[in-house]
Parts: sequence; C-alpha cells; structure tokens
Amino acid sequence: MGLFILRRLGVMLLTALCLTFIVFFLTNLFPNLEKLAKTEGNFRMSDEAVISYLTREGHMQPLPVKYGQWLGVVPGFTFETDDGITGQCFDGALTAEQVAEQRRYCGILQGDWGFSTRFKDEVGPIIGERLSLTGILMFWVMLLMVPSALILGVLAGMREGSRTDRALSTVAITTTATPEYVSGVVLIAVFASSAVGLRWFKGTATGAMENPTFENFFLPVLTIALYGMGYIARMTRASMAEVMTAQYIRTARLKGVSFPNIVMKHALRNALIAPFTVIMLQFPWLLNGVVIVETLFNYKGFGWTLVEAASNNDIELLLGVSVVSVFVVLITQLISDIGYVYLNPRISVS
Amino acid sequence: MATWEYDGPILEIDKLSISFFTRLREIPAVMDFSVKVQPGEAVGLVGESGCGKSTVALGVMQDLGKNGRIVGGSIKFKGRDLGEMSDDELRTIRGSQIAMIYQEPMASLNPAMKIAKQLMEVPMIHEGLDEKAAYQRALEVVTDVKLPDPERILKSYPHQLSGGQQQRIVIAMALMSKPSLLILDEPTTALDVTVEAAVVELVKDLGKKYGTSMLFISHNLGLVLETCDRICVMYSGEAVERGSIEDVFDEMQHPYTQALFRSIPLPGADKNARPLVAIPGNFPLPHERPPGCNFGPRCDYFEAGRCDAGDIPMFDVPGNDRHATRCLRFQEIDWHAPIEAAAQHDKTEPGQVVLKMENLKKYYEVAANALFGGDKKVVKANETLSFEARESETLAIVGESGCGKSTFAKVLMGLETATDGQILLDNRNIESTPIENRDTKTVADVQMVFQNPFDTLNPSMTVGRQIIRALEIFGVGETEEERRERMLQLLDLVKLPREFADRMPRQLSGGQKQRVGIARAFAGDARIVVADEPVSALDVSVQAAVTDLLMEIQREQKTTLLFISHDLSIVRYLSDRVMVMYLGHVVELGTTEQVFAPPYHPYTEALLSAVPIADTHVEKQHIVLDGDIPSAMNPPPGCPFQTRCRWKSEVPGGLCEKEVPPVRQLGDGHQVKCHLSDEQLARMEPVIKIAAE
Repeated sequence: MGLFILRRLGVMLLTALCLTFIVFFLTNLFPNLEKLAKTEGNFRMSDEAVISYLTREGHMQPLPVKYGQWLGVVPGFTFETDDGITGQCFDGALTAEQVAEQRRYCGILQGDWGFSTRFKDEVGPIIGERLSLTGILMFWVMLLMVPSALILGVLAGMREGSRTDRALSTVAITTTATPEYVSGVVLIAVFASSAVGLRWFKGTATGAMENPTFENFFLPVLTIALYGMGYIARMTRASMAEVMTAQYIRTARLKGVSFPNIVMKHALRNALIAPFTVIMLQFPWLLNGVVIVETLFNYKGFGWTLVEAASNNDIELLLGVSVVSVFVVLITQLISDIGYVYLNPRISVS
Repeated sequence: MATWEYDGPILEIDKLSISFFTRLREIPAVMDFSVKVQPGEAVGLVGESGCGKSTVALGVMQDLGKNGRIVGGSIKFKGRDLGEMSDDELRTIRGSQIAMIYQEPMASLNPAMKIAKQLMEVPMIHEGLDEKAAYQRALEVVTDVKLPDPERILKSYPHQLSGGQQQRIVIAMALMSKPSLLILDEPTTALDVTVEAAVVELVKDLGKKYGTSMLFISHNLGLVLETCDRICVMYSGEAVERGSIEDVFDEMQHPYTQALFRSIPLPGADKNARPLVAIPGNFPLPHERPPGCNFGPRCDYFEAGRCDAGDIPMFDVPGNDRHATRCLRFQEIDWHAPIEAAAQHDKTEPGQVVLKMENLKKYYEVAANALFGGDKKVVKANETLSFEARESETLAIVGESGCGKSTFAKVLMGLETATDGQILLDNRNIESTPIENRDTKTVADVQMVFQNPFDTLNPSMTVGRQIIRALEIFGVGETEEERRERMLQLLDLVKLPREFADRMPRQLSGGQKQRVGIARAFAGDARIVVADEPVSALDVSVQAAVTDLLMEIQREQKTTLLFISHDLSIVRYLSDRVMVMYLGHVVELGTTEQVFAPPYHPYTEALLSAVPIADTHVEKQHIVLDGDIPSAMNPPPGCPFQTRCRWKSEVPGGLCEKEVPPVRQLGDGHQVKCHLSDEQLARMEPVIKIAAE
C-alpha cells in the first residue's frame, strides 16, 4: 500500500510538472507579455519600449529557462542596469557584493510564488486566503450534495421502474440539466429578490466571507450542490439498479433477509463502488462551478480570484492558481483510488 | 412459528402453471406441472434449457419477479399453500425451511461481504442467535462441507476462494438452518468434473445426515441417476414423465425420454457402428408451442389427428410405483424395439501424419507486480507436449480447467508462439510464426470451432456475410458471385437451409449458430480443425446433431480433428485417440480403447470415475479426489498429480514428490507418465463395468 501511494505521488508530480508547463507556456505567449508590459507601464508604449521592459524583467529569456526560474531550479534572473543589478529574487538595484549575499533561487520550490500585479501583494498569501474561503464553500456543498444525492439515488435504484424511481429520476435529470448560471439566477430571483417577494435569503454572499450564516450562504451552496447532485444521483441509481438484479441479492432474498436489510447490508456497499469515483471527480469539477457561483454571488474565493487574475493578465497569480488546482485534482484522485480499494475487496494494491 | 408438524409430503406441487407477462403477450413457462417430494426423498428435475425447470424452482421460492405470476394450481409446502402466505411468512420460510443452491457460486455470493458474515446472517435472522453462537454454527457447517482451514475461509471474501470452495460455501449457507427442503439449481454446471464429483458426493452425504428432501434440477441425466430417488422429465414447460429412477431409466414410457437417452453417448455407443440418434427439429419457443402434444412435431410415433387434437393429461403407468407419462400412445408403442439403425459407416483409416508436435513448451512469465515487475513467476502452461495427428483422425484432448489444453490450441493456431520445441505442419515448422505472419494457406488449413457459439458470431452481420468474409480472407473465389455460391455450398455442408444466409445471428438457435461456426472453419477447406468444447454449451438433444455433423464432414473431407473436451462420454464416442492432460503435462496418450481400459494413469482413473453416466446397468468404481486442482502458478514439486493421487503411497521412497515421472511406453503407442510399477499398473481394475443384463 505504501509503495502504491508513493508511486501515485510520483505520477502526480510528473502530471503537475506537465500541466504547469502548459499553463506557463500559454500565459507567456508574446501577446500576453506585451499586454502585461503595457498595463504595468503605459498603454502608449512603443514596441521598443515594450521589448526593453520585457528584457529588463527577464521575460525575453527562452521559455525553458523562465520555467526553471519560476520553479526555482534555475538561478533567479538578474539584469545589470546603470544603477546596479536588479533581479527576480530581491527588490531594488544592488551592487554585485550585495547580490552575492542574496539567495540565488526563488521559485515555487523555495515557497516564492511571485507577485500579483492585480492585488499588489504576494501570490502565496492571496491563494491561501482565497482557497480557505472556497474550502468552506466546498465543505458545505459536499455536506449537502453527497448525502442527498446518495439517498436520492438509492431510493430510486432499489425498485427500478417504480413510481418513486420515475419521480426521483425526473428531479435528478432536471437539476443536472440546469447549469449554475441559470439555476443561480432563478434561485436569486425566487428567494432573494422582490420579484417573487420571498426574500428568505441574501442574493450576495460577500458577508459570508467573514460570517457565514444560513441566510447569506445557503443560495450559493445550493446552486452548486443542485447541479452535482443530479449527476451523482443518476450514477448511484444506475449502479443500485444493477446491483439489485445481481444474483447475490436473490441469494439474500431467498435467505429470508428483509428488504430494508437487503438494501442496507447487501446492496449499498456494492452499489457505492461506482459512484464513489464520480463523487471524487466532483471535487475538481467543483472548482469549475465555483468560478461561476463565486462571481455570481460575489464571494471572493478561489474561483473569483481565477477570474480576476485571468481578466487582468496577472501571470504569476494565474500560475499559482493553476498549480493549486492541479494538486487539488490529483490529490482527490489519489484519495478516490485508495477509497475504492477499501470499498471493493476484489481490487488489491500490493 | 415457521415450524409446524406435518406428516405428508414435504412439497406438493399440483397442476402448477406459471406465466410471464410481457407487453406483447402472456408467455406460459410452466403448464400443468405436478410433483411430490416425500420427506428425505431426492427428486430430480431434468430437461433442456428453456423447459421451465428453473421457473418451477423460483415458483416454489415464490420469487418470480415482476413479470412472473402463478396462474393456476398450487404449491404446498408441508401442507400449507405457499401462494397464500404473506411476505413476512414467506421470509421466515425462505432460508430456514426451504433453501436453495445456485448454478453460479461466484455470482450468488456477495462480493463485498466476508464469508462469515454471509453465513452467520441466516441463523441470526431465523433463530435469533447472537453473533457468537452464529459464528460457532458457521464454523460447524463449514467443517461439515469439508473445507480445509474453516477459520481462514470464514475470514475471506468470495473472490479469494476457488469455484469448488465457493460452491461448498453456498451449500453451507443453505444448510445453516437445517432446512427441510433443499432446491439445487444446476449446482455443478460451472465446476470441473472431478470437483463436481466431490460436490455431488457431499450433497448426497449431507442430505442423508440432515434428512433433507431435495429437488435437484439438472440437464445431466447421469448426475440425476447418481443423486436422486425419483425423476421428473420436463419438456417445453410440461412434465412429460415422472417416476422412480429405475422405472424411468429402464422402462421409459415417453418418446421424449427415449429420444433423450438415445442422443447421449453412453458406453457402447460408437460413431461408426452405433451412431447417436439426434432428435430432429428444434425446441419450440414458448409462444409457438404446437397444439396437443408439445413434442409431437419431433416425435417418431406422432399420429396426426390424435396427438395434436387437444391437451394431453398425465397417464399412470400400470404396474409401476407412481410412474406417469404424458403420452397418449404409451401402451401402443413397443418400447423395447431396437433402435432403428441410423446410417452406419465404415471406419475410416487414418492417413499420413499431418501434424507433429515435438517437446512443445509454452511458458508464460507473470510479473508479480504490474508496474515494477518484481519477482517474475513462470507459469508452465504446456510442458513437453509430443504427439502426432494423422489425416482423418480424431484426437481428443481431455483435461479440466487449467490443464493447458486451450494454451496448446492457441499455440497451434498461432495466437501465441511456442517457448520451445516444434510444431510441424506437413514438415514445416510453424511453432514460432504468429498468425499475422502465416501465409493464407496455413491459416486456412488450421482452423478452430469455438466453445461458445453465442459470442463468436458478429451480432450485426448476416450469417452469409460472415462466411463470405472468411472466404475473402482465405482467398477463395475470384468474384463476389463465386464466393456467394461457395458460401451457399458451405451452408448445405452444415445442413442449414440456404435462406439462413440472410439471417442475423440472433435469429438462430445455439445449435444453428454452432453450425455457422463450423461452416466458417471449413470455409478454406481446413485440414486441421481444433474444436474447443464445441458442444458443451449446447443442449443434449442438439449436441448429438452437431457432433454427427462434425463426424460427417470429417469423413468427407478427411480432416484431422483435434477435439478438446472435458466430457469423457463424448470423447469415448467419437475419438480415435485420446490425450489426457493435467497441469500442462500429458499424463496419458493412447487409442481410445487403451485409455478407457486399465492400466490407467491414476488421474485418468479418477476422471473416468467422476463422469456421471446415465445408465443403471453401469457399475462404477467410486474414486473421489480430494481438494482442488493446484494452480499452474504454483505447481506441486515432482509429479503434478501427486497432491490428489490415491496411488501415491504405493510408490516407494516418496519418489512422486521428488521427480516428475518419465514417459513410459506400454506398447502400441500407449504412453503413461507415472511412477507406478508395471505390476501395480496391471493390478488396476476397470472403473466402468457394464452389468450383464
């Protein structure tokens, strides 16, 4: 088992390297850099000025070198000016002796995530703070979504084709066929605006960042949960319905086991094997939904940060966000594999 | 509350009719079916697939699903009508009073639950035992079903056990609450012959020990003869004959029963002198049953205007004990008339050697760990295989699962290449040429008929198209018309109507599909055909016809037939020479007479004893092998068979555990791989004796 996890971690690192390189390559395309120079300097910069700015900031180096510097495996970029030496790893212009005292490597590996041009702050703390906000949101989403989806799926699947099944399936299909930006708007209109007049909840979740309450937090949570719920419920239903026709369920029935016990003791564990992977897949996917919902409800979490970074061409923040996303996805997949082994005794990793 | 005193029959099914309801129509699955099971009695229910025998079992359990319903008659268990019981009452009876053993043990055990829990559940539900007492009971019963190391078994999951062990667990589960009635639905079909023999033995012993009545459902007449007191033969939803084993086997009173017995290869049948008589025609579909007698259209004694006039009731056969038949003419038919001799054939003489194997070896390397490799294990699937096969000869390869017979077929076909040794086809080496590098002629020459005709035809291509496709690949015919003409000839060859060319595989029955498979194999005038259990997936009455067809084509085309099978009855019937394999080794090789008569290799002896024979005149020596077949990944040292051999103690010095026995020639090409001395071999008695009538 230990070896298995180690191996998975190795694969994970490799994937992370590849993915970040792709993001790095895309954000470092010349038009992006040009735009960066112009936002940082001024919009009427001449082409020569842009080039000289980019050279000074180290953006004109070959891509692999830049990637290495960003990672922290290649010494940080330095540039000699008339005032002295400027560099990636320190502020201001210094003399050669002073530079020698500074650290030479400053990349992700050294914990140096770079500087956000949008928030005028270090990328590391920004991501940490935003991620924890989104974490809270996700936690409540999962808490609402997973149990209700499983209950829905199991209830529908245990008697395939019955009236309960058809009713619950209709609900599941409807919720999953409605994208967040539709359901979010509808929910706000019904529960938070004067259009219907219910006004039970708040239409914005800004307040929830400091003090999440049922009133200001329920709508964003519900919007994300509804969409994912239908999907998981459908998977659970299909898997449950299949398990209920299995021969060992007949064995249990003809052993005299009562119906509730058949469902709970015999069918449930087998039926959860397939949806478990889907549930774990929801984590990375939630990051998606989070982008829309956080923007819609003005909840300044991870998704919102991503939108801000992208629309303001904030390269280092964008890279930071992508690194974190990649790891979130890969770690959930690792957990999912380990959980799968636990649920399904036929699969063993030794 | 579920136990009440009752003296009469345990199970009394009276004029039971069960139908399944689909959107289109009502499909009667069982009609007017009656049977009685007395306390301690074992009743066999025999019939071909689709005859409704499993439906009867599920009817007794009252578990017919959403579409099934009992539309007439009653099922009384200890005098109480099961149909009138509430769900709660039924639940208390299921598992405690009536228990069931299923066909596929792997599928009927919960894969995500430990064995102990699945067993303990039964007494905990029905007798309210606490966990400790239930565990004790489970331990007792698992010991009773003769499983080694019961505590370890209880701790395992089903997938960690072998097929035979799983079936023992299913039996144990059924016996947990000491039921009065045990329903066994084809309990050994998924198991190997020697394992089957052990399981049957166990069921018989336990039946006696616990005094359980049994309803034994099977398609295998021999198995029913060995296990049951009474038998009920079913055909197309009806019981056609019912009586004690002796009455039905020796004085059958229904044409179907007679036809069934004539179509199975009993000892004494011979492909040339006494060929099998196949039942003509096909099994009627449930909604296309003929009026009157269901068997009418296929019956030799059919009398128009009488047999198809109306429903036929069961008639008691006078003079016999509870012997009844559903035949109007049973008193007119001369049941002892000799079988009308089907066309006899002269024995064909084998020609020159076509195929020669010399010391063929096939090893697989299996990595212990998929990614890092780790210790490599070598699986010796075939170990020094040597034999010759001649033109128009039938060589049977016999053995149980894991003996390497399929690996051998793969190497011959070129799907795998040999590790060592050589295969000579007309003195050309082909052992290391994979099939994609073989020339068309070689590929067309060596063809295969597969075990399962249901999966080997492309479901979205017409039958004709599939055969033409084979012709294209073999380069037969210049134009499309020529190939089409040849395809129609092939359909004639396998005795399928020419209209079948435009049919889809799903419109064909199992036997017809297998005929298409045979036509495809012979498309390029194959000279060597490997038939891998070609009839084992088919019903008894169809088996004879397909076997016959193979024999006939072989006679005409002088084909060399390599017949892979585990069924010794059919092997004895059709093969000229037999090769017995065990764990990759050829343990015995000789002509059919030599292999089926002593001296035997100990494994052949056990195999012969394990095959159930549907003939009351046959006396068999009873040899039951202990344990399972060892895994090929981890074979025992020395002789591969030593772990289960009953003669092992006769060989001095523990030689069996140390050395692989050499191949010994016993004269006339009969060879045996065994350490036993010549006198010991000579002392062996025949396993099967036919008692003088």
